[in-house]
Amino acid sequence: MENTRNTATLAAAPGPRLAGDLAIWFFILAELLAFGVFFAAYAFTRAKNLELFNVEQQALNRGAGVINTMLLLTASYFVVRAVQAAERAASAQSARWLLAAICCGLGFIGVKLTEYSAAFAHGVSLSSSPFHMFYLSLTFFHFMHVILGLVILLALWNGARKGRYHAGDMNGMETGAAYWHMVDLVWLILFPLVYVIN
Amino acid sequence: MQYKSQAVAKPYFIAAIGLFVGQILFGLIMGLQYVIGDFLFPALPFNIARMVHTNLLIVWLLFGFMGSAYYLIPEETETELYSPKLALALFWIFLIAGALTIVGYLALPYATLAKLTGNDILETMGREFLEQPLITKVGIVIVALGFLFNISMTLLKGRKTSISMVLIVGLWGLAIFFLFSFYNPHNLVKDKFYWWWVVHLWVEGVWELILGALLAYVLIKVTGVDREVIEKWLYVIITLALVTGLIGTGHHYYWIGTPQYWQWWGSIFSALEPLPFFAMTVFAFNMVNRRRREHPNKAAVLWALGTGVMAFLGAGVWGFLHTLAPVNYYTHGSQITAAHGHMAFYGAYVMVVLTFISYAMPILRGRAANSERSQVLEMWSFWLMTIAMVFITLFLTAAGILQVWLQRVSDTPMSFMATQDQISLFFWMREWAGVVFFTGLVLYLVSFFVKGETKGANA
Repeated sequence: MENTRNTATLAAAPGPRLAGDLAIWFFILAELLAFGVFFAAYAFTRAKNLELFNVEQQALNRGAGVINTMLLLTASYFVVRAVQAAERAASAQSARWLLAAICCGLGFIGVKLTEYSAAFAHGVSLSSSPFHMFYLSLTFFHFMHVILGLVILLALWNGARKGRYHAGDMNGMETGAAYWHMVDLVWLILFPLVYVIN
Repeated sequence: MQYKSQAVAKPYFIAAIGLFVGQILFGLIMGLQYVIGDFLFPALPFNIARMVHTNLLIVWLLFGFMGSAYYLIPEETETELYSPKLALALFWIFLIAGALTIVGYLALPYATLAKLTGNDILETMGREFLEQPLITKVGIVIVALGFLFNISMTLLKGRKTSISMVLIVGLWGLAIFFLFSFYNPHNLVKDKFYWWWVVHLWVEGVWELILGALLAYVLIKVTGVDREVIEKWLYVIITLALVTGLIGTGHHYYWIGTPQYWQWWGSIFSALEPLPFFAMTVFAFNMVNRRRREHPNKAAVLWALGTGVMAFLGAGVWGFLHTLAPVNYYTHGSQITAAHGHMAFYGAYVMVVLTFISYAMPILRGRAANSERSQVLEMWSFWLMTIAMVFITLFLTAAGILQVWLQRVSDTPMSFMATQDQISLFFWMREWAGVVFFTGLVLYLVSFFVKGETKGANA
């Protein structure tokens, strides 16, 4: 009974609404914490090996990093358009936007794989230097998140094609979109931190 | 009890509790051997007592997991168990094999046992927690496969719920990772590396799935909260547990000869291992607060809440204490590890099995909940065992800090044995806390035999 009352009060209460499921926000915060700890460890080690980090950072393929940044930002834009389309109950449009976002994500994967293969060819490994350890660990951990994000976008695309989302039921769409934006956000910190700031 | 075949869980639970008593008795003996070195020597040397203490723990928890699965799966899948007869046959095989192994440990010198049981065919013995003779290990695999076959076939013919899927993935993982106990390379680094695939990937990996599924099931039953809500949180918790726990294996790879990056990976990911346990505590309390019914089994609710809190403290907080590589450099293999091991095993796995038994056993005995008197006694046993475990952990932590200081940090480090003498006061206090724990366990046993007015048959 108490439960029903609480829900009713919550529904009636004015103010901002949490987009997506509360559970995904817990998950996102945990993910951000994990990346945050990793970034802090990077900063700490960099401070102790400044010269090495500066030199090895120059060897990274910044061009590939910039392309990947554009791809992720564009994917996020497409996801926003997909959410807006779903709210208007324009399912087919929403699905098309999602497909475009998925293509961008796949592009990211492709660029990253090329970058990795070049790096491995140059003898970069987890044990070759502290900088390489962080470069590979951070980007690979993020890479795995892009893959998970793509799986989620695929699920949303499938749902959108079946017309599952509309203004009355945006929970699934917003939940998946929030996760994708997190993947994008992390890259926006990772890219300058590892590739650019010297 | 909704399905007749759930009754096979009962002997599993009884055996689990019986072996639990044995485990604690050997714990008390070892605790005394810490301070009276030749107590029961040479009849029962310390290394044998320790082996029996830890092996019994693992075996009774396995009995508990299997019993819980046999109880849970028919109800979740809404169908009778594929083969109750197979479940009972495997029970006896596992119990007899387990008992023979313990008798072997106690009656024979370990090397003789190894010789008699074919260790020269495939050398698997002699490693901590995996001391079982080859034939016992093969027996464990056979029992596990039979058990998984039974459970999987039941699942295939019935309803598939998230809880049963998470549970079955955990149980299959348990069996698969045990196979690494047969891999014993001569290279010591590799030996240790893969040894942790059994030990760590059990308790900080797949067992957490089992823990999550059992807790979620009991919470659905005792709170009446919507399954969707509970299952959603279960997914969040197990994802966090797997991501942090799997890569967190690295916290065992700091000093065994593995590449240095494990110090970063292990530190960062295992530092986040408390998160899923914290989420589990919040989840358990939240669900109980949002309950839609007052379940007559108050004791089971108490155990469920206790599991969340104690798992967070023991596995989460006490794990974090010594998980960072720079800290672990000093604390590795000290009494701090023992403190963490005790509270983590109790808080996470002992308590979740006792939660399940507390919920299921009255129903298996034909009532929704035990009598008020019985429950009061059970709750006393909960508090005695839990508080005693908190003190065991605190005393071992104090012993550990002092040990690290005297033996590893000090400018004039003492030898291991000289240090042990210096910290004996804490070992005495730990032993007395152990006696209180045992008292709690006796009360727990007595609670099964207390009569009184009970509530209806359904829960």
